[in-house]
Amino acid sequence: MTNFEAFDYDVLVIGAGGAGLRAAIEASAAGVKVGLICKSLLGKAHTVMAEGGVAAALANVDDRDSWKVHFADTMRGGQYVNNWRMAELHAREAPDRVRELEAWGAVFDRTQDGRILQRNFGGHRYPRLAHVGDRTGLELIRTLQDQGVHRGLDVHMEFTVVSLLISDGRATGVVGYERERGRFKVFSAAAVVLATGGTGRAYKITSNSWEGTGDGHALAYRAGAELMDMEFIQFHPTGMIWPPSVQGILVTEGVRGEGGILLNREGRRFMFDDIPEPYRTQTADNEEEGWRYTQGDKSARRPPELLTRDHVARCIVREVKAGRGSPHGGVFLDIAWIKNRLSGAEAHIKRKLPSMYHQFKELGDIDITREPMEVGPTTHYIMGGIRVDADSQMSTIPGLFAAGECAAGINGANRLGGNSLSDLLVFGKRAGEYAAQFARQNPRRGVDTAQVQRAIDEALQPFDRSASSENPYTVQAALQEMMQSLVGIVRTEGEMQQALEELTRLTARAARAGITGHREYNPGWHTAIDLKNLLTVSEAITRSALERKESRGGHFRDDFPDKNPEYAAFNIVTVQRPDGTMEVRRVPLPPMPAELQQIIEDQKS
Amino acid sequence: MTRATFKVWRSDDAGGHYQDYSVDVVPGMVVLDAIHQIQAAQAPDLAVRWNCKAGKCGSCSAEINGNPRLMCMTRLNSLDLLAPVTVEPMRAFPLLKDLVTDVSWNFRVKKAITPFTARPADAPDGTWRMRQKDVDRVQEFRKCIECFLCQDVCHILRDHKMHDEFIGPRFLAYTAALEMNPLDAADRVPELRERHGVGLCNITRCCTKVCPEHITITENAIIPLKERVVDRFYDPLTRLLRVFKS
Repeated sequence: MTNFEAFDYDVLVIGAGGAGLRAAIEASAAGVKVGLICKSLLGKAHTVMAEGGVAAALANVDDRDSWKVHFADTMRGGQYVNNWRMAELHAREAPDRVRELEAWGAVFDRTQDGRILQRNFGGHRYPRLAHVGDRTGLELIRTLQDQGVHRGLDVHMEFTVVSLLISDGRATGVVGYERERGRFKVFSAAAVVLATGGTGRAYKITSNSWEGTGDGHALAYRAGAELMDMEFIQFHPTGMIWPPSVQGILVTEGVRGEGGILLNREGRRFMFDDIPEPYRTQTADNEEEGWRYTQGDKSARRPPELLTRDHVARCIVREVKAGRGSPHGGVFLDIAWIKNRLSGAEAHIKRKLPSMYHQFKELGDIDITREPMEVGPTTHYIMGGIRVDADSQMSTIPGLFAAGECAAGINGANRLGGNSLSDLLVFGKRAGEYAAQFARQNPRRGVDTAQVQRAIDEALQPFDRSASSENPYTVQAALQEMMQSLVGIVRTEGEMQQALEELTRLTARAARAGITGHREYNPGWHTAIDLKNLLTVSEAITRSALERKESRGGHFRDDFPDKNPEYAAFNIVTVQRPDGTMEVRRVPLPPMPAELQQIIEDQKS
Repeated sequence: MTRATFKVWRSDDAGGHYQDYSVDVVPGMVVLDAIHQIQAAQAPDLAVRWNCKAGKCGSCSAEINGNPRLMCMTRLNSLDLLAPVTVEPMRAFPLLKDLVTDVSWNFRVKKAITPFTARPADAPDGTWRMRQKDVDRVQEFRKCIECFLCQDVCHILRDHKMHDEFIGPRFLAYTAALEMNPLDAADRVPELRERHGVGLCNITRCCTKVCPEHITITENAIIPLKERVVDRFYDPLTRLLRVFKS
């Protein structure tokens, strides 16, 4: 038996980004003993990268906004395959969650009369994003981090979870190791909350940090939980594409919200060329009107640059494929042009988009107040995730909860910008609340030591492999390359079948991945462990995408380019069969109550 | 394409040594790209922290050619590649392995600072009113990404190891953000003087110079805090008043 240190909690939260911190704070406020685990140092989670803002119908800037409009916008953005109950809860509760942050010390930008300022973003009908310049995510995570620390949260930093423990169909804890010394720890808990974020590292060009390896998705799947909507991946239209070393790093949608325009190499503002039918009545048909919208004119309609992310990403791909792209294979995003419209534009840009200015100046040697940026689509967010109950966030495994990006439902086929930060707050809180309730009603059980030993043995396998084994970094890079080219922005049946075959080969290579050195802070070992999770989520993405023979939201099939109403009736779910293979199911969407349907109809005009 | 040599600090039983690695350099590369190349092809167990690779998370702090910098924000074309580029861990914190240091002291320090405490709401709906002008001042400090480079370079911590008496520039800026927050109702002036050692700072501005977020830590945070302490505890008029009161 390998030695390990044991810990007991009522509620154990895996992941310390926005959702995990908010869940831990809530569970702790409910009076139960809470443990929090994170893979990096506290406060470094991917939430820090969120720039634009947090969507909440505070109606501070435009009093026509309300939870109903936010709900309708979210459902339309998600192409109506969202979990309507989650979309409703999210729209109703986001304003309170934002005001609560202010009460905990967050400092948002202000309106003239001193309230929280809100900005425009794609797919949102009215200015709705509460923000702090373009570093809203940092403000959010720092506020939650400090609130949590002062509440006495027990945080285990730089810790990797390798397995969920399940007994009699219930979650009983986790096994993992601390990265610093490589020592194993076993956590027993009455309820476990997964808040592990996304899966972007399955792709070569991504805005995600090294941590986005789908750990929660894969842990839950292997424990028997269901994954849903895994085909829906958001390719953010504007990632940096030059220089190559920064490829994929995000350029906030805030740039377009503040008046930035997209141009092809001919200098044409191509977004006016293709405005989808459902958005036509709400989209400006000329540059003048679009500009007035970005400057707060309530009578103006939004510019086409602020259409949903999937649409903008595909328009960029179209321009590049037609040979009208920028020198490095993207298009131009120009905010400098506003100097033609605005006196003091340079200072204005630096004040509204400080970290973008900073990022391009220091990484690309480009002054965005003077010249355009070169941008292209980057893998940004997965709408799919662990299937959960809308109200409680409990998965199909009792005692196992999920919140934030690793949970599915609220975003449907495509997420609106700003809805992830509000998702974290609303459903992080709910997960913490219901996990605490579950823990009080269902006392902790002991963990199964045989399960623990199996998990530890498996985690240590890479050390036993010979020097002639595969390098985990090489296998990871091959996987990223393969997913990028075969299951990327534009998908076809043949390529995805080929991807499945590649996945079989890559899985075999990953099983041979060996490492050098010892267990102390060994990134090669960590990569070998992450690889297993990446392979699981890549398979779920590919199989779900094969099943959805239509194009909807973030999922675009070249062989089925249109939406098929038949596919609006169900979600696609993947689950592990007893023999270890992956089963794909169609699960009907629950019928929407008449009053919510009416809200959607009312907002269509 | 050119090749460059990186002298990277590696831990060993004797404590550590510099190891030379040769790396292909392409335009636009930053130091972190070189470290990743070394890790992927030559030294899979090379320990390094990083997350965002865009200067927003503050994980990849190191000393590059002796200067405290973020590896992700140091472009290779800003360095002389004819000479080897030295990459070593921050020196003010205990070494864990290779480029990774134990920064847990910083997390403990923050816990000891009186937390944000909101004053009563301004409006019946429980919300507050603030002017952007007042918010701007606080937001400068809230840009901090907690890379701890200011702590690393501060001679009170780095050379004099006064970690028990001095919270360092990061947490003085943190305290300033709380003290200057228009909503905050707590008083941190006594603890600044008695436990947090604001008087120890002798304003060499090293922290401000290395801050990757360009926060004017010295002038905008530390000096105003020193003034608050002086006004409260050393102003002759206040002292006289205190004598009368007691």
